[in-house]
Amino acid sequence: MLEIKDIEKLAKLARIDLGEEQKKSYLKEIGAILNYVDQIKNAVSKLGEERKIPDLRNVARPDENPNQSGSNTETIVSEFPKKEGDYLKVKKIIEQ
Amino acid sequence: MTIDTKNLTIRKAHEDLTSGKYTAVDLASAYLENIKKFDKDIHAYLEVYSDVIDQAKLADERIKEKKNITLLTGIPFSVKDNILVKGRIVSSASKMLENYHGTYDATVIKKLKEAGAVFLGRTNMDEFAMGGSTENSAFGPTHNPHDLERVPGGSSGGAVASVAGDMALVALGSDTGGSIRQPASFCGLVGLKPTYGAVSRYGLMAMGSSFDQIGPIAKNIDDAQIVFDFISGKDVMDSTTIEKPNLELKNKKLKIGIPKEAMKVEGLNPVVLKNFNEAVEKFKKLGYEVQEVSLPNIAYSLSVYYTLIPAEVSSNMARFDGVKYGLHKDGDNMVDDYFKTRQAGLGKEVVRRIILGTYVLSSGYYDAYYNKANIVRDLIREDFRKVFADVDLILIPTAPNPAFKIGEKISDPIALYLEDIFTVPANLAGVPAISIPSGFTDMNGKQLPLGIQLLSAHSNETALFKAGSDFEK
Repeated sequence: MLEIKDIEKLAKLARIDLGEEQKKSYLKEIGAILNYVDQIKNAVSKLGEERKIPDLRNVARPDENPNQSGSNTETIVSEFPKKEGDYLKVKKIIEQ
Repeated sequence: MTIDTKNLTIRKAHEDLTSGKYTAVDLASAYLENIKKFDKDIHAYLEVYSDVIDQAKLADERIKEKKNITLLTGIPFSVKDNILVKGRIVSSASKMLENYHGTYDATVIKKLKEAGAVFLGRTNMDEFAMGGSTENSAFGPTHNPHDLERVPGGSSGGAVASVAGDMALVALGSDTGGSIRQPASFCGLVGLKPTYGAVSRYGLMAMGSSFDQIGPIAKNIDDAQIVFDFISGKDVMDSTTIEKPNLELKNKKLKIGIPKEAMKVEGLNPVVLKNFNEAVEKFKKLGYEVQEVSLPNIAYSLSVYYTLIPAEVSSNMARFDGVKYGLHKDGDNMVDDYFKTRQAGLGKEVVRRIILGTYVLSSGYYDAYYNKANIVRDLIREDFRKVFADVDLILIPTAPNPAFKIGEKISDPIALYLEDIFTVPANLAGVPAISIPSGFTDMNGKQLPLGIQLLSAHSNETALFKAGSDFEK
């Protein structure tokens, strides 16, 4: 059974701030969804199988014809929320 | 010049454009006029592009010079708002990307541009394609052109409403668990979810990467097939794509299987069932052999889907952190920026799926949920493989109910998820599926469209088009 503190933990892992009302409604809804999807346990207990490894094939493309250096810079930099020149600007990560 | 957009098809428009009956500018103007007239009530579009006439002029030049004319030259398309077009806003109907510009063209867009298509605008959808009613758009719902009080379905609700409302000749949508087919059935249109890998997803915003496909929404089978032929094929930018299949049918006379388990689905509306049975009779009359088949694990489809999808969603949505692009909200420090940005930018259903996905992927529950769901997914795939060794097509309804009212199911996520019961199996197995209009039902004086769905083996879209066009005659 999920509890409010579980929702808080999951939200922290997912890096989302939640209000108290949101926590309550997610607790109820996610509990109901988990209750529903629990059916899969019945399907598998009949089998008790492990997952088969699918057929693998190599889909890597040759590493060639790269873009000309700088050809996309302007397009991409213009979408940065914060920048200094062509640099992406973020807050300091290491704390004193 | 008045153009009868209501009865227009791609071939008819092509004939008229190349014979000089009207120009691509005339055609685009006719659709812009319709948008102006109808879209304030329907809200199919999030943005109508300001350069539509310029695009049409380029198509007219090609037609005039008789150079590089294709069936799609001058054909007006709408584009779902999760497909990148370079330099234009692409928001996935989310606050997170409200002001984001596509930094490159999706492969499907590149192909359509080369063919000379005209893009009218970007269409409304459930935020990041999560939902089945287009009510999860951050910019307000879309209304069903057949009854404005009802949803158009979703998540490609704006796409279908644009075509059903004569505000585009054809549309591009995306389908992860039914997002092309269910709205197509709610709005009386043809919607194709191609084989997984048939159409490149390069430039499609990822939701469930092992499910997502781009496909056409059109008024008839022929239009859908034409667009599919243009956009499908292997692409080095999407490693999941496959070569174009051999289009010849193995069997001249197609065999249809009806899965007995699917007919026992709880909550299948009697109106839908009656209409479905009439469709079965019609196929029999057309000379199709119809037999009962069994998909023993299909009852687990929704449980598998709503375990795997949140897992993939929680991974795919991790990129929206306010650092590289999109919305940014300032917090106390770097990490707090993420929390504030994601709270402000992501809607209720998106957050619900991220949290659920974080749960099913967490170390204590990974085996119980994510792994088990993958095992059952393999079983469902195997069920389909066995059935398609025996029959060419599977016939089931597209949705258990006709279009519901706006607001009717929004507060109950499970009720909304149950609407996907008939569409998710094709995405789980990766097989192609098409929704075809199968008539109407009268609901309080409004004629609501119904749809049936055909599924076939991997890369056998040809069988869908053949049976679909026989049925629509």
